[in-house]
Amino acid sequence: MVNEKRQIVVPGETIVSGNEYLPGDGAYRDGEDVVAGQYGVLNITEKHVRVIPVSGAYYPRRGNTIIGTIVDITFNGWLIDFGGAQNAFLPVAEVPRYINRNEMREFLDFGEAVVVKVWDVKSRGVDLSMKMRGFGKIEGGMIISVSPNKVPRIIGKEGSMVKIIKDATGCSITVGQNGKVWISGNDADKELATKKIIEFIVAHATIAGLTEKVEKFIGDLGMKVDKVEIVEENTDGGEE
Amino acid sequence: MVTKKGIYTKRNDGRKMDEVRSMTAKVGIVPSADGSASFETGKTKAIAVVRGPRTLHPQHMQNAQTGILRVNYGMMPFSVEDRIRPGPNRRSEEISKVTEWALSSVVDLSGFPNTVVDVFIQIPQADAGTRVAGINAAAMALAHAGIPMKQMVSAIGVGKIDKTLVVDLDKYEDSEFHDAEGSTDIPMVFTSRTKDMALLQLDGKISISEFKEVVGMAKKACEDILKVQMDALKNVGGEDNE
Amino acid sequence: MSNFIIPNLQKEKIEAFLAENKRLDGRKADEYRELVVEDGVSKNSASAVRVKFGKTEVIAGVHLALATPYPDSPNEGTFMTSAELHPMASQQYDIGRPGIESIELARVIDRGIRESGFIDFKGLCIKEGEKVWQVFVDIVAVNDDGNMLDVAGLAALIALGRARMPIYNEKEDKVDGYDEKKGIPLDKDVLSFSMTFHKIGGKIVADVSKEEEAISDFRWTIAMGDNDGEPRITAMQKGKAGVITEEDMETILNLAESKWKSMFPKIREYVFG
Repeated sequence: MVNEKRQIVVPGETIVSGNEYLPGDGAYRDGEDVVAGQYGVLNITEKHVRVIPVSGAYYPRRGNTIIGTIVDITFNGWLIDFGGAQNAFLPVAEVPRYINRNEMREFLDFGEAVVVKVWDVKSRGVDLSMKMRGFGKIEGGMIISVSPNKVPRIIGKEGSMVKIIKDATGCSITVGQNGKVWISGNDADKELATKKIIEFIVAHATIAGLTEKVEKFIGDLGMKVDKVEIVEENTDGGEE
Repeated sequence: MVTKKGIYTKRNDGRKMDEVRSMTAKVGIVPSADGSASFETGKTKAIAVVRGPRTLHPQHMQNAQTGILRVNYGMMPFSVEDRIRPGPNRRSEEISKVTEWALSSVVDLSGFPNTVVDVFIQIPQADAGTRVAGINAAAMALAHAGIPMKQMVSAIGVGKIDKTLVVDLDKYEDSEFHDAEGSTDIPMVFTSRTKDMALLQLDGKISISEFKEVVGMAKKACEDILKVQMDALKNVGGEDNE
Repeated sequence: MSNFIIPNLQKEKIEAFLAENKRLDGRKADEYRELVVEDGVSKNSASAVRVKFGKTEVIAGVHLALATPYPDSPNEGTFMTSAELHPMASQQYDIGRPGIESIELARVIDRGIRESGFIDFKGLCIKEGEKVWQVFVDIVAVNDDGNMLDVAGLAALIALGRARMPIYNEKEDKVDGYDEKKGIPLDKDVLSFSMTFHKIGGKIVADVSKEEEAISDFRWTIAMGDNDGEPRITAMQKGKAGVITEEDMETILNLAESKWKSMFPKIREYVFG
């Protein structure tokens, strides 16, 4: 199902009628109707009806990868700001090696940036972990902020979109579900170009055929694009 | 129609009795917000900005079972002919509260315990119907912010000028008409799907049958308003991003 | 006001870019964002304008009200500025009493206008000792993406420049609408607008973004008017705790002069419409 423009639905709008349809995230059942319970892009896959938000704040979910900054150090962990108005907590037990109380600042200091996983979301706060491979302190490069709902488009299906950008610019890119993207490259111009490409994707996120448009944009910036197999555009779910 | 003749046989600005002033709506007007929208009816302009869900301070105000909605309504000092001093006043506090009740009826914050969703409504220019324009803008801004909502809400001010029932009172009808039986102002909010009444205030005099009739007129007007709100939300294009 | 947290790596990156006269949004260090001005935001007051530098947006409006003069200046009108860094404009602003940012903003803008003589206070007198016009400038922040001082200051000037004179109905002692052809009494020759410069990583930056603003050492706001084609300083304010070296002073004053020469004619056009 390739739409000219993805279909946007508004809360209260009847999406489809019929008991064979199952309401998923962002949708609910009202009698025979499946109704939008959130503003966003409609996604119907095999009678499963979901509404994917296109705007709004980031709300942490278990398993999310996020990028944040150390803002406080307590006796048993680090407090991390990830762009919302609440902080998350990284316990000292959740880092890859044993750190004693005196080494905490040496390991992760105020103002340093990290890539972490959301381990648990409780009513009293968000707990993080940094134990797995691929997580840890990030140094150098720059962080840009995008609307969190655009993150799946930046990543692309099975990482296809972010791969196109990496290949073209030679920069490392790590995308946080909280809308923070870390870019690191060998020179300032490449990093700026990466930033521009990501901003282009965000600006055109709701349009189908995005991959082609992005490749053209990269070409217009004067960079080479390795022709990647164009993955189907009919889903919004980008997985890491 | 039950309406008796009375002296108000032609509207001050030439509209039909059940005609809403021309409307403009736009979404995503404040880039740093989680959700934002503007709504204009005639000369009345409203801006709504949503920030949240975010942690609620102080902690003792938190609700462990659900997020809460908090509305702050205010008029910009130059929005009216006699300057309004900046800051809260009793009128703005009351409007904030009834707005909060109206919006809470459709919003579902059970998935965001201990948080608050702040809705800021500001009026840059007023020509009656400001709380109504504010609610229309706020509903769009909440949707734009991705807040779970079972349905939208639409607001309209209806009323009675002398013996004539009207829809969408402008400033002349609301505050300057004092002849014969005077004017009665009735702001109302309806939910979009179930057509329930989420806000009701009345100031003046009206019979029960007239009230029922004007409720019907309000519901009909809200259909038009809902269409404007939905069009604005569906035509955001690529602008609502940071 | 909650802190706007910038990680160290970002601060280092901004400074590294500035060392090459670059910024994260592609501008040069002394480059301003696009200026947009919209008039007629409210017709219920003497004026109301919307002003944007890039995404930083402010609405400012002017109101005139009848008042009695102060005893020590019986033939002069009065003037008051308010500024609201409204929480709709940024996650960092709170509801409630104005924070120090709002207060400083209002006072700096007020002084700049008052001390420059831009408003002709004697021209606001209706009847000496009894009745004068009171001028209000009200500024409301709509979106804060950095450099609110300059945007708000310019919005206040444009609101004053475009304000229509109210028509005084002496018999009924009230205001009867506005004279579309007449502005409020201003001394147009002393128009003075402000520019704020920040020092970041040893470099001087104009029209800062929100991130740049958060990491700068100091900010220096300089208001300048026209003295026979040459800029003349009318107001200054230094903010934040970093110190200004003599070299900084030279660099900034030179930059202020050249920016003023290139921007003033356009600013003047915007103010008087």
